[in-house]
Amino acid sequence: MSDNGPFRLSRGGRLIDRAYPLPFRFDGRHLRGLRGDTLASALLASGQLMMGRSFKYHRPRGPLASGAEEPNALLGLGQGGRFEPNQRATTTALVAGMVTTSQNCWPSLNVDVGAVNNWLYRFLPAGFYYKTFIHPRPFWKHVFEPVIRRSAGLGKAPTEADPDSYEQAYAHADLVVVGGGIAGLLAARDAGRQGKTVTVLEQNPHWGGRTPTDHADGQSRIDAALADLRAMPNVTLRRNTMATGLYDHGYLIAREALADHDPNAGLPRQRLWRIRAGHVVVASGALERPLSFAGNDVPGVMLASAVRDFIADYAVAPGRRIVVVTNNDDAYRTALAALDAGLEVPAVIDARANPSGALPQAVRARGIRILSASAIAGVKGGQGVQVVQVCSHVGAGQVSETIEADCVAMSGGWSPVVHLWSHCGGKLNWSDAQAMFLPDTSRPPTGDDGAAMATPVGAAAGDLLVAGATGAEPEQPLLPVWVMPVNATKAMKFKMWLDFQNDVKVSDVELAAQEGYASVEHTKRYTTLGMATDQGKVSNINGLAVLSAALKQPIPQTGTTTFRPPYTPLTLGTIAAEARGDLFQPLRKTPMHGWHQAKGAHWEPVGHWRRPYCYPQAGETHAAAVAREIRAVRGGVGTLDASTLGKIVVKGPDAGRFLDMIYTGMMSTLPVGKCRYGLICNENGFLIDDGVAARLSEDTWLVHTTTGGADRMHAHMEDWLQCEWWDWKVYTANVTEQWAQVAVVGPQARNLLERLGGMDLSPEALPFMGWAEGQIAGIPARIYRISFSGELSFEVAVPAGRGLELWEKLHAAGADLGVTPYGTEAMHVMRAEKGFIMIGDETDGTVIPQDLGLNWAISKKKSDYIGKRAQERSHMTDPLRWKLVGLESLDGRMLPDGVYAVDEGVNPNGQRNLQGRVTSTYISPTLGTPIAMGLVRHGPDRMGEVLEFPVAGAETYKARIVDPVFYDKEGSRANG
Amino acid sequence: MLTLTCPCCGIRAEETELAPGGEAHLKRFGPGASDEDFESYLFARKNPKGVHFERWRHAYGCGKWFLAARCTATLEVFGTYKAQNPHPTPEIVAAIRAKRPDWTPDWTETSPAESLTE
Amino acid sequence: MAEALAHIREITDLGMIQIRADLTEAGAAITKAAAIPLPGPTSTTTNGSRRLCWMSPDELLLVLPQAELAAALAELTTALAGQHVLVLDVSDMRAAFAIEGGRADQVLAKLSPTDLAAMPADGMRRSRAAQVACGFWRQEGGFVLIGFRSVADYLRGLLDNAARAGTGLDPR
Repeated sequence: MSDNGPFRLSRGGRLIDRAYPLPFRFDGRHLRGLRGDTLASALLASGQLMMGRSFKYHRPRGPLASGAEEPNALLGLGQGGRFEPNQRATTTALVAGMVTTSQNCWPSLNVDVGAVNNWLYRFLPAGFYYKTFIHPRPFWKHVFEPVIRRSAGLGKAPTEADPDSYEQAYAHADLVVVGGGIAGLLAARDAGRQGKTVTVLEQNPHWGGRTPTDHADGQSRIDAALADLRAMPNVTLRRNTMATGLYDHGYLIAREALADHDPNAGLPRQRLWRIRAGHVVVASGALERPLSFAGNDVPGVMLASAVRDFIADYAVAPGRRIVVVTNNDDAYRTALAALDAGLEVPAVIDARANPSGALPQAVRARGIRILSASAIAGVKGGQGVQVVQVCSHVGAGQVSETIEADCVAMSGGWSPVVHLWSHCGGKLNWSDAQAMFLPDTSRPPTGDDGAAMATPVGAAAGDLLVAGATGAEPEQPLLPVWVMPVNATKAMKFKMWLDFQNDVKVSDVELAAQEGYASVEHTKRYTTLGMATDQGKVSNINGLAVLSAALKQPIPQTGTTTFRPPYTPLTLGTIAAEARGDLFQPLRKTPMHGWHQAKGAHWEPVGHWRRPYCYPQAGETHAAAVAREIRAVRGGVGTLDASTLGKIVVKGPDAGRFLDMIYTGMMSTLPVGKCRYGLICNENGFLIDDGVAARLSEDTWLVHTTTGGADRMHAHMEDWLQCEWWDWKVYTANVTEQWAQVAVVGPQARNLLERLGGMDLSPEALPFMGWAEGQIAGIPARIYRISFSGELSFEVAVPAGRGLELWEKLHAAGADLGVTPYGTEAMHVMRAEKGFIMIGDETDGTVIPQDLGLNWAISKKKSDYIGKRAQERSHMTDPLRWKLVGLESLDGRMLPDGVYAVDEGVNPNGQRNLQGRVTSTYISPTLGTPIAMGLVRHGPDRMGEVLEFPVAGAETYKARIVDPVFYDKEGSRANG
Repeated sequence: MLTLTCPCCGIRAEETELAPGGEAHLKRFGPGASDEDFESYLFARKNPKGVHFERWRHAYGCGKWFLAARCTATLEVFGTYKAQNPHPTPEIVAAIRAKRPDWTPDWTETSPAESLTE
Repeated sequence: MAEALAHIREITDLGMIQIRADLTEAGAAITKAAAIPLPGPTSTTTNGSRRLCWMSPDELLLVLPQAELAAALAELTTALAGQHVLVLDVSDMRAAFAIEGGRADQVLAKLSPTDLAAMPADGMRRSRAAQVACGFWRQEGGFVLIGFRSVADYLRGLLDNAARAGTGLDPR
């Protein structure tokens, strides 16, 4: 016995370093592995064969494979925020101090209550849930579903935030080689010698794939290729990097493990590579298939390749007496590896009649029995293999011999890893000779040039031996074996596992076929074959073959299920990468953002902007703050940070003509020095933005848009300029962020600005809807006398870099006037008091300006503008359209936002007919009453009528239709 | 995720740097147009499986709109060209015909003089 | 502890002038007034402290010390008077960062889908940095990246994060 674990061999292990023992924990037990171990090899070395339980029957499970295809050995890894369920023990590199737990078992891995399902397997066939819990209907929701949900699910989701960091990076290469085995490395070397930029991705920490383990001088061949590649500056070799998916136009996603499960490394845990590949070489190798014999899921029954990997790579004995069962020559390598390691091989069971190739001969020469035309009739053992029952392969399972063993190495042949090839449309052909799906190179995935964007090589192309590079001797053909023995009984098929994680057996697939599931996609969903976390890497082909046999049709006629990325599961953190915390999304900040923050602003997100909603003082509710701000503005003076408003310069000889097309109103006739409110519609006639345009000079306008509309309206203008009126001489520039803008609003606004000095702001010099340029408090400024509140109002624009300076000077100079910063909510309430519409409140993409009483802003003289033709359509001119009105609550309650006014009668669905809805609703601090606006069927013709707004759980609201202007109807206050 | 080469700046941009703009070569109908023409302009789209012409904007780049000829089934890109062309250019037509011999243009008013390929 | 991939420094003294014009018609006048050669598509030219960036087929960005801005603006405006052009001071609407250090390209490779190896020494690339628009060009020892002022904090956070020590992209 070795102190590195009872099953650690005293010699060998090409990947481990015996000088570095690593302590770790499994279900609370303290164990030790070696540097270079995977979690699976370390557990096996420690004698821990059982690593989990299956999903449905809670059957005991040991590792089946040694790599990414592993369906069984899934563990919970880490603690707290770093806990991660369903980690494959076979691909998780052991790290000192690792804490691991088994899954899907209670109270413990060895004694599991759920395993009772195992005794009931005859009563839990495919589609069991669908069939059993369907009646009585209410039972599903209240009884069955809660119980099933409690016992379902593999592993547990972590409950804390992930403390690790992740990142992404972009890369570009003429050629990306996926797979660092011999075929991939040689393809990379060829391309590198041609001068191409080449990136080679290898999922494992080590290079070479199967070659070092399977071929005599494999390691030296790999080393030679690597030496050549490392000498080429145009070749990048990247280990620990799993290509997870190939997408359109050579877009390849790969996940590089940097510090998986090693938080002390101080590195991002994983990095997602977004690679643009000129071409992809798929050198992803092949995966071995299990054989379907009774008891093939007993812990200790493993893939033959896994058995020799554990022996050769990690010096771990998966068992002391290893029976090999196969339908091909390759598995004999496992027998040889076991013998070389001093382990017993009581027999090799070969389904073929006459195994006489070089490898079988070599095994025979070592004195090992080869039982030809034979099969396994059953494996006895609970939590580990004890006895193997042998039978004739062509029979029905009559046991001819029993062999004591603690491990079975099985090989049903190999399946090329065609996932990347298939992700983006590459097609497959079935090879009867090789019993595998092969990439059909005449139907490859194609790129932007229509040519193949991927080429399969090596085992991924069906060339399992890559003999030209490995020097491997030819092997004899395999015998396709889908069920062992050929005429196995029903009882045997109940114990032949296809999908080890989801507990799908040969009997389940045959049942599905019998019940009429002819499509492989349907069978997959009915039986859950291949739907576990391993996505059927080892089970799909076997399941497909069983289904084909049951349907009595050839395998290609049944076809494959769809290969979807990712190849192995991706952590969500890797996909989010840097986009978390402060970098979750860009927050746009105005030049005065810090001031608002310091004053305790409550923020309102407007697009990516953050705007102050209000500035609550100590102990003040938001509603109280909003009311205070409004009273301060209407009674004195307030300031609003309006920097977020869109600002677009439109200049050129055709600018006026162009703006006449963009706006519903006439902008070309606006005199220099003046401002005009305008509406922008889309070609459907619907109102999409509004704002004030100022004519700066004969050929230049400055257009204000809504906060959210700046980029959209600039893009809208450029679209029409570039694509429709491309011969018009107009330039636009989105200068939104060049300017800080402050609305100085209230009866004292002029007084305050005059204190800063520098410009004549008298009504004569700067009348309503005029603008002026100059210096205010020594800062270059444009001042627009426009009002969204109904008050005397100046919008002062200064270069963004001086916005804070202006803001602070206003507050210093106006302290005795009670100058009050106000936020977006006060702005909203004040505009509603004035009956001004708000894009996004009164509009929703189905509203035309005519609905909003804005006909005055629509030119009757113009022959055309964007949206004009649409507004002539019959539905748009329907007098019964819902139109803007004010709504006065009858009982003093504020109407809820968005509620509908009901009409007589019901619609075909039995719902009340509707005749309007509330679009804006507030308590007006100015008037001391609730105010609301809404769209009501020909509402302006119905002044004084009372509408009913039923609301669930409350007394029906009633409101009278009134004029939407609630305050200062004559508009005198804007004059100060 | 697609890559398209912007014909205005020559950059081979990826889809995240581009903004899609729907079908290309729509003829605008304004006031005075019949209901049928206007409806067709607003709503009728070809949505073919195969050769298609689309509007794209190099939004995270030079900001220019351009047009792309592409196969909606295979995502093969036959070429990109300037947005001001009323129809696909002769070069684009030739590139498509080379790859899709069965395809024929469905417009009639082609005149080389309209081409703005530079 | 390993070093940061690059040093990130905000550049605060830049003036910027946006020029929109038909470059074949107005190019010569621009060149003369701004005292700098006209860049070809997706490239930049320099003259001393000034850099002229090609932004689109009809748009240039003149980047220069803030102190030279007023004079340059006046000269351009005068030289192009009467022509259909747009010349604007846009100095305040952008933030600029120097990304300096041996692995500056790796910092950018984490944020932008640009093929940096294919970008020439005098190249100008407009792209995106994670979720926001940006532009960048090479400068002695690395890159200069410009983006919109409102997202300066976001850009700074992105760049600092991408440049973190130990996060180099070289294969391990």
